[in-house]
Amino acid sequence: MSVDHQQLLPPEDPVQLLREDGTPVDDPAWPIDLTDDELQQLHRWMVITRAVDREAINLQRQGQLAVYASCLGQEAAQVGSAAAMAATDWVFPSYRELGAATVRGIDPISLMHMYRGTWLADHDPLATRFGMLTIPIATQTLHATGFAMGTKLDGESTVTIVYLGDGATSEGDTHEALTFAGVFGAPIVFFVQNNQYAISVPVSRQTAAPTIAHKGIGYGIPGRRCDGNDVLASFAVTLDAVERARRGDGPTLIEAVTYRREAHTTSDDAGRYRSDDELADAERRDPIERFSRYLRDRGLLDDARDAAVATEAADAAAEVRSAIYDAPHGDPEELFAHVYAQEVHALDEDRARLRQRIAATQERS
Amino acid sequence: MAVSIAQALNQALLDVMEDDPRVLVFGEDVGRLGGVFRITDGLQQKFGTDRCFDTPLAESGIVGTAIGLAMAGWRPVPEIQFDGFAFPAFEQIVSHLAKFTNRSRGTVRVPVTLRIPYGGGIGAIEHHSESPEAYWVHTPGLRVMTPSTPADAYGMLREAIVSDDPVIFLEPKRRYWSKSDVVLPASTPPASRALVRREGRTATVIAYGPTVRIALDAADAAAARGWSLEVIDLRSLAPLDLDTVAASVERTGRAIVVHEAPRTLGIGAEVAARLQEATFYSLEAPVQRVTGFDTPYPPARLEGFWLPDAERVLDAVAHTFTY
Repeated sequence: MSVDHQQLLPPEDPVQLLREDGTPVDDPAWPIDLTDDELQQLHRWMVITRAVDREAINLQRQGQLAVYASCLGQEAAQVGSAAAMAATDWVFPSYRELGAATVRGIDPISLMHMYRGTWLADHDPLATRFGMLTIPIATQTLHATGFAMGTKLDGESTVTIVYLGDGATSEGDTHEALTFAGVFGAPIVFFVQNNQYAISVPVSRQTAAPTIAHKGIGYGIPGRRCDGNDVLASFAVTLDAVERARRGDGPTLIEAVTYRREAHTTSDDAGRYRSDDELADAERRDPIERFSRYLRDRGLLDDARDAAVATEAADAAAEVRSAIYDAPHGDPEELFAHVYAQEVHALDEDRARLRQRIAATQERS
Repeated sequence: MAVSIAQALNQALLDVMEDDPRVLVFGEDVGRLGGVFRITDGLQQKFGTDRCFDTPLAESGIVGTAIGLAMAGWRPVPEIQFDGFAFPAFEQIVSHLAKFTNRSRGTVRVPVTLRIPYGGGIGAIEHHSESPEAYWVHTPGLRVMTPSTPADAYGMLREAIVSDDPVIFLEPKRRYWSKSDVVLPASTPPASRALVRREGRTATVIAYGPTVRIALDAADAAAARGWSLEVIDLRSLAPLDLDTVAASVERTGRAIVVHEAPRTLGIGAEVAARLQEATFYSLEAPVQRVTGFDTPYPPARLEGFWLPDAERVLDAVAHTFTY
């Protein structure tokens, strides 16, 4: 194998820039090039994400959301990677990307309306450059790849990042997306959050490859690994891939090694397939605590700032609660409004039936 | 000038790519080869490899990336090489292509025209002769069109590409080389309107795509029996123009739907149900269906037994007189 091919393989260990105790790893290959403000911002985003995430679980428990997929424990992977994207770049999420959405300034209320069942999606993907949450596994990898092919055809410098999980790497669409991205040299970053489980199935049942990042070489795409509980590593490895794509050097596959601390969704019972010890071990590697220790050591976080960020996060969660709690359902007329971009009279009969039914119900009450 | 459906489709692509620099044509073998049926012949030479390109052999990838390209402001016209190979892309078509506009409350448009050669009668091996239209018609959000003449092939394909909705454009592959005199560019009525291809009084034969020819052949043969068959070409399967069909059946009192796809839950089932709602008091007999059997598509040397033909249409007309 030539040296070039070797470079497609990930190094033995995931990139880690902060040890579990928060002390920095001095790695000349990965200098930490962030201002104090930027470092504090990463912390703020992670704390807000966690608070809103917790509130969403509470809302689901109270019957206010149909379901919710928590990103507890994955805040560093999401916030670090999303922070590496320029405002003009594009993000294609799966359904667990509250952290990435927070960085991108997506109103969490609009996301929760999806989980509540008010609307199928409630933010404007084009205006926010943040795709619709995607429930079927891995299908968004192809949308993202096509989008990146499109911006390349336009000669734009836009880079696209697509989020997927370890389970999604088994889907055919991921294979096809990596194939297309490689062949067309699409400016895209595949960001796999390996959170160890696809519902109950561990990653060892998803692939016999040494790591998910090793799969990249099969597509001619460099595979990279980072400690997904380390926000600085997630940021640095993603930024490197983004810069590579922006230079015209094509796609990168990143595996962020992390852990899903909540159940798959609020409908799942993780106690059936993993032990308390395993969970306790994951809690010990909490991404926010690790980064907080680092910031404190650097004098960028003190009790006052910590409390201020916590208050802001609690306020954000409270806003979500007040907007979502007992929110009215959408206008049933809208069921027909967007099925087609151009008006179709074939729906007139169904619409008339629904109107008649609603009118009859209102008369009775 | 005698023009084939294949030539008309090729000309439509040439003209639309000339008119709209955002139109992209891609798929398996569509570039250098010009497509296995040559529908994309010459496009890559004329417009370059950015606008007409070969993709990896991956149908879900073709449709999935088309969605992304559409989001990026392009107007993709991907090709699936054969009907039976659309199925790897089923999820992308049904769960995403069809639903993006609705899911996004109208903010995201996916003006993708997915061209699929379909139907049998070409002596092909397995999976090259399928008629999967009911799957697409059953999926809200998709427009489904199928031309039966060179003029419609040209006009409807251009209409599909200009549409901001996703369109499944089904090309009757066994009619690719059927010719008629037409001057391109041809202007055709909107695809949303069914057309009366032949007027008649005895019964209405409703067909589309490859079976329009069969309906017309049946109408020719019916004259000898003293029957005058009206032939309607549906053209658009979603949405369906029932008004034109119902107006005809109001006059004739008899309806026969003809398609290659298997009978159960095919387009014929929908047309029959709608006709009994709309023309109940005009019907002299139950609506008849002349279709492929409810069996997998047969081996090539048996397809003549399986596919509807003019004789089976005439049998169905005769059957309506037994009531």
